[in-house]
Amino acid sequence: MKITLNNNPETLDSDKLTVSELLKVKNYTFKMLIIKINGKLIMKGDYDSALIGNGDDVQVLHLISGG
Amino acid sequence: MTFEEIRKKLSGKKVGIAGAGGLGSNCAVALARVGTGSLVIADFDVVSESNLNRQYYFKDQVGTPKVTALAENIRRIDPSVKVAGHNLRLTKENIPLIFGDCDVIVEAFDLADQKELLIETVLTVFPDKPLVIGLGMAGWGNNDTIHCRRVDNLYICGDEVSEIRPDLPPIAPRVGMVANMQANVVVELLLK
Repeated sequence: MKITLNNNPETLDSDKLTVSELLKVKNYTFKMLIIKINGKLIMKGDYDSALIGNGDDVQVLHLISGG
Repeated sequence: MTFEEIRKKLSGKKVGIAGAGGLGSNCAVALARVGTGSLVIADFDVVSESNLNRQYYFKDQVGTPKVTALAENIRRIDPSVKVAGHNLRLTKENIPLIFGDCDVIVEAFDLADQKELLIETVLTVFPDKPLVIGLGMAGWGNNDTIHCRRVDNLYICGDEVSEIRPDLPPIAPRVGMVANMQANVVVELLLK
């Protein structure tokens, strides 16, 4: 499938992925994240069930300390 | 727009600031200087010696709650700016109550888990309210890596990569840049 990940086109082998699977595929190991699929916030507890499909716009924001 | 027109427009606005550390204190001062009518500031901490390398406090304020010290500093800049200081730890439950009537919310925490709590709560409870966050400003130099981008109603200011470490502390120049960049986004939104 083809998705947009952080504003960049991305082609993935699977037809559907959960958020957790996408994080694994992309090697995103950060603990603190904000994730949106097509503008909708995905809560941390839903990472294993929320599905990403062809054409989806996914934003993954890595939260880092400092301020 | 003349400065008088800017002040007039901003005088009717209310901005929420979550955290009164390096980002929050500097952002609040910038917003106060341009005449933002009302600031709602929340922080549970007191001013410590180690804060003075970047936060808008003075040596004789060490030990004072940050919201008290910041309200006093803003009063000395412009007593017409209303400051509502909340000396408490922000939670999922109190964030909507404290910032519910703000036109814009500024995320100005230092720790990633606090940032996550605030962003998740605001995006859930107030999906239409602009939220301006600071992300990545440790160290020094690298002016050109600091940027601002928008994801829906979320505005991200910072370099998004420089996390604080013992050998990469947050210090005044870059923290102030991001804090003022956040204030600049707030002003842009409020003057629309």
